[in-house]
Amino acid sequence: MTDESSLHAPAVSLTALTKSYGHGKPVLKGIDLTIQRGEFFTMLGPSGSGKTTTLRLIGGFELPDSGEVFLNGVKVTRLPPYRRDVNTMFQDYALFPHMSLQDNVAYGMKIRGVDKAERTERATKALAMVHLEAVGDRRPSQLSGGQRQRVALARALVNEPSLILLDEPLGALDLKLRREMQVELKKIQKQTGITFVYVTHDQEEALSMSDRIAVFSEGVIEQIGTPEELYERPASGFVARFIGSSNILNESGGEILLRPEDIRLETQDYALTSDEAGLSGLVQEISYLGPVTRCRVATTDGDRSVTAMVPSRQARGLDENMAVRAVWSKESAYPLSS
Amino acid sequence: MSGSMRNLALWGAASAVLAFLLLPLLIVLVFAFDASSVQVWPIHSFSLKWFYATWADEEVRSALLVSLEVAGLATLLASVLGTLAAVGMNGLSSRAVQVGSFFLTLPIALPGVLTGIAMNSFFTALEIPFTMVTLVIAHTTFCTVVIYSNVMARLRRLPRSLLEAAQDMGATPFRGFASITLPLLSGSIVSGMLLAFALSFDEVIVSTFTSGSETTLPLWIFGAIRLGQHMPEVNVVVFAVVAVTLLPIILGQKLAASASRE
Repeated sequence: MTDESSLHAPAVSLTALTKSYGHGKPVLKGIDLTIQRGEFFTMLGPSGSGKTTTLRLIGGFELPDSGEVFLNGVKVTRLPPYRRDVNTMFQDYALFPHMSLQDNVAYGMKIRGVDKAERTERATKALAMVHLEAVGDRRPSQLSGGQRQRVALARALVNEPSLILLDEPLGALDLKLRREMQVELKKIQKQTGITFVYVTHDQEEALSMSDRIAVFSEGVIEQIGTPEELYERPASGFVARFIGSSNILNESGGEILLRPEDIRLETQDYALTSDEAGLSGLVQEISYLGPVTRCRVATTDGDRSVTAMVPSRQARGLDENMAVRAVWSKESAYPLSS
Repeated sequence: MSGSMRNLALWGAASAVLAFLLLPLLIVLVFAFDASSVQVWPIHSFSLKWFYATWADEEVRSALLVSLEVAGLATLLASVLGTLAAVGMNGLSSRAVQVGSFFLTLPIALPGVLTGIAMNSFFTALEIPFTMVTLVIAHTTFCTVVIYSNVMARLRRLPRSLLEAAQDMGATPFRGFASITLPLLSGSIVSGMLLAFALSFDEVIVSTFTSGSETTLPLWIFGAIRLGQHMPEVNVVVFAVVAVTLLPIILGQKLAASASRE
């Protein structure tokens, strides 16, 4: 887009998008969202929350019932995918099985009439970016899952779109490979400066990679913010529960959020200072997690309980049914608006 | 009964069934090499003389030509119709596909006599004379079914995301179809065509109702047996028909197997 007016427009802007399938219940109930250029933006939520549908609306694979989609300031709501400056990395990678990796990556350039020499050069470069330049003449069926995922990334990058959509691209990989690819994806995004819109249901993945995150629940966005904002100042109980592990206590004034790592365990006769609060009870469950130990403390009547995450060194000597006092500073208790 | 006994019994039963199915065919095939003009067992002397005699027979040669032409044309037409039907229906709801498939497969599901009579009345009502054209149209109906089923089975296993990926990279739906869908379907189209060709080549019943004065190879056999003439030649022709039909079936199955591995 060379249009002067669109130069400073956001990469993606969604206004009041709604969508329902057939006679089922609505999937999206009014999505408003602005994604800035160069952002690594994540749409996070449980399955069925509408995040993938939103991604498909941006890509042009679905039409909304109402609302508009703008890319770089231009309205594209009714444009088909092949007329949008967007490339997608599909969940199942969608590599063409009858083509070599090189041809897979060069497909978009071939469609747009880029001449053969340039096509080959750019495809080779893109494959090199994901460390697969040596096997460009292989077919997708000869690759491992991790390699296929890299080819799909190269195929999206090579067209130099203004925006790349990624639909749970790491879902099929094992944990170790996932971690590696998270770092790699983030690195490539920074290097290229392309806006990434990333869909995942994995909150840890979202927190570690994203500039900003939108939390989806049942067709609406619960909150948009940086990872820190979402973690430290969740807008709702849903966000608090979905991001990180949390204790939600019912105090007289309403719900308060307490992160397990903000709770420490003291002896039963510990005296609270004026800026501290606490809960006396018995140790219920102890799980050793390596650097930290997770421990649930419940009142003797079992009515209230909190889960604490304490450094394992300090958890030595804890035993089930031991009487303790869970203590936290009042500052770390975050009131949730209902 | 011990395990090995049971195994033996199973093998015995299987062999008996196979013999029941294949022995008559085998006998005809062997008699094709019988030098005598009357079929009596045991065969006294073997010879290829009936192969020469049959090849020299103008009637047989013209029937062979008609059969090849009909099977060839019907298969070509059906490959286009069957593929288009499958591709078109694939986008519909599963209910619509069920209904559509039901009607499409009727020409094969119904007894040949019904399809034959229906075709006959149809052409008669429209005052279309029975020629090669009617024969090809009639054969195209059931050839289309074979190709449609083959292509549909493959289409259902093709992830929708492949076409979406093509469009995502700038291909129009038509370009995506031509560069992604069609190449991936080619194996199943060709294997369907081979099966359709074999089916058409030895079809008797529908041909009887729609051929007019044209004689296909199976119709010639039928006539010859009814009149009790040319029995040695019939054996030779059957030999040829078996060869021409088996080859594409075997090839088609091999192709289908390798296509489904992709």
